[in-house]
Amino acid sequence: MATAEAHDHPPAGAPSRAKVLLREPLVLNNRNYSWITNKIASVIEEPQPLLWWILIVPSFFLTLIMVGCFTYLISTGVGVWGPNQPAAWGWDITNFVFWIGIGHAGTLISAILYLTRQKWRTAVNRSAEAMTIFAVMCAGLFPALHVGRVWMAWFLAPIPNSNQIWQNFKSPLLWDVFAVSTYFTVSVIFWFLGLVPDLATMRDRTKHPVKRTLYALFALGWRGGNRQWRHYEIAYGLLAALSTPLVLSVHTVVSFDFATSVVPGWHTTIFPPYFVAGAIFGGFAMVLTLMIPVRKIYGLQDLFTMKHIDNMSKIIVLTGTIVGYAYLMELFIAWYSGSLFEFDAFKWRILYGPYTWAYYGMFFCNVIAPQAFWFKKCRENLWVVMAVCMCVNAGMWYERFVIIVTTLTRDFLPGAWDMYHPSWVEIWSFIGTFGFFTMLFLLFLRYLPVIAIGEVKAVLPEADPHFNPKLKERDAVVPAPTYDGDYEHTGGRAAGGAIS
Amino acid sequence: MANIFPRWTNTLPLKLLIALGFVGAAVAAGVTYYVTQEYTNKGYMPSQPIPFSHELHAGQVGLDCRYCHSFVEQSGHANVPSSNTCWNCHQHVKTNSPQIAKIKESVETGKPLQWVKVHKVPDYAYFNHSVHVNSGVSCVSCHGKINEMPVVFQDQSQSMGWCLDCHRAPENHLRPLDKITNLNWTAKDAGREQKEMGEKLKAAWKINPPENCAGCHR
Repeated sequence: MATAEAHDHPPAGAPSRAKVLLREPLVLNNRNYSWITNKIASVIEEPQPLLWWILIVPSFFLTLIMVGCFTYLISTGVGVWGPNQPAAWGWDITNFVFWIGIGHAGTLISAILYLTRQKWRTAVNRSAEAMTIFAVMCAGLFPALHVGRVWMAWFLAPIPNSNQIWQNFKSPLLWDVFAVSTYFTVSVIFWFLGLVPDLATMRDRTKHPVKRTLYALFALGWRGGNRQWRHYEIAYGLLAALSTPLVLSVHTVVSFDFATSVVPGWHTTIFPPYFVAGAIFGGFAMVLTLMIPVRKIYGLQDLFTMKHIDNMSKIIVLTGTIVGYAYLMELFIAWYSGSLFEFDAFKWRILYGPYTWAYYGMFFCNVIAPQAFWFKKCRENLWVVMAVCMCVNAGMWYERFVIIVTTLTRDFLPGAWDMYHPSWVEIWSFIGTFGFFTMLFLLFLRYLPVIAIGEVKAVLPEADPHFNPKLKERDAVVPAPTYDGDYEHTGGRAAGGAIS
Repeated sequence: MANIFPRWTNTLPLKLLIALGFVGAAVAAGVTYYVTQEYTNKGYMPSQPIPFSHELHAGQVGLDCRYCHSFVEQSGHANVPSSNTCWNCHQHVKTNSPQIAKIKESVETGKPLQWVKVHKVPDYAYFNHSVHVNSGVSCVSCHGKINEMPVVFQDQSQSMGWCLDCHRAPENHLRPLDKITNLNWTAKDAGREQKEMGEKLKAAWKINPPENCAGCHR
């Protein structure tokens, strides 16, 4: 025993092997399999907290307002929104790009982080994918209604028809239709596939006959057998590979809507990478905006740890800095290109146009604010993280507003210059989509496991084939790290993480 | 654990699939009938204030179309003749007919006859009649054999797809300008193939019909 003791606890002064080699655990407090299942299922099974009700009621009414605005638009005409010459694109396309950008975090987490074996994704991917799908639903509404005659929207699809209209395949607007619809379809399939094992868990747990039937219907007869898991893993890997290009392609195509035009301020080659970075940036901010409250309210801090928030904050500072680089490069190229119109467009944007306030607001929110994340103290303080994420949410909307409106209101001909005024229908349509988005996310929390139960278990030490329970006991002595902002969390086995 | 789904549900997906097949077929049939070109105004034959026979006037008598529709080559809008045009002949011909009396009344009072329009182009489509006629598109291409119609009806579907058929391949309809109003004439009568002749005319006259949206929806 003496030798073993010496082996496990080296004398003071000797290098501490265990501390050096240990990675920060992805699930804190030595939680075991059954705790994870019970904890995540409890979000669905327990009565919802008061805050849930406080949020769902107004978001439901905002959804009704959105439906009302859209009904008014369809029955009256697209003129009830603000866009008109010279700004034929206004809040509607701004909102579209804003929402579609938010969705990108979900695909990045679910596809690219999966293929690169970033195990921390498991706690985040379910909610991020749900957020993606809901954001794309909100996004799709705007261009669909922007066409004006909504009943003609099927002209966007290349369906042989008696009018013999055929789509203009040279138009990026058409690529957009394909990009967004592919993105939505693949995201839904990916999300659903990941849900199947967890739906089976819920099916086996729930007592309610209707819920059980519904969970069973969508669980597709999942029993959790070895063969099923094998097929599942293959399908999941294939879908991850299929969605990976979508992370880059969707917002690239959205940026083509602008970049392939000849409008000064839009006609720039930097748009695709700049838009993709911005989309991931905005998406991660939205994931954190949603999940920091969720983990606190439902007590999921052991699964969605400070490590996750730390990682995502780092991605935000990286992509935010890329976006900042793109802003500055746009300005540089506007001057360096020698294009008079391009230079003028940016002078209007940053110096003496009517929307300079929007530009500087955007610049502060997207470039300056995220720089806080260089500091560990800021990444560990959830109030700071939330504040920065809120800045980014607003900043990314302003970015699209700046790109669209400041450009269109100062076109080639001074005679065509005008201000852009959103109508009340337009404003409430946008606010309404927030209600719609929130409502869908709250319903998701209420009915589906917010964290992938099956996948989180796979990142526990027990899931490793070479797992040695003795080593786990030894490692458990090293207290898990704690953070100032995460005051509910206490390290070590004292918190109740018994090893079963 | 008891089975959640009873045994009969095993065949349910198959049954649903078959039912969906029937529904899909019904929808496809409905769309084909009501939405496609077959369901246009083709065949529309309104009754006119006077049972004027194009078969008699343009066919048997052999009047040129442009005697009555006098501005089809000059005007964007193809005109219907005023009662005075009828009166040129009918002040001498069949003067005791009660139908001709209507024309007489119209001429004397200056109150026009209310002819019912057969071929309607919607407001959102720009259509210039003279451009088509002067480009070598015969009356017969769009209106059919009017000279054989006792009562005029819409011979072609005149849908957007039908317009585009010709705009995409005008060579199938172009003919020499002096044969425009000769409704019985075909390229065969001149010992030529329509396609080959049409191609030549298209090249010679630089016929380049618009195919973009704004060509017609201005």
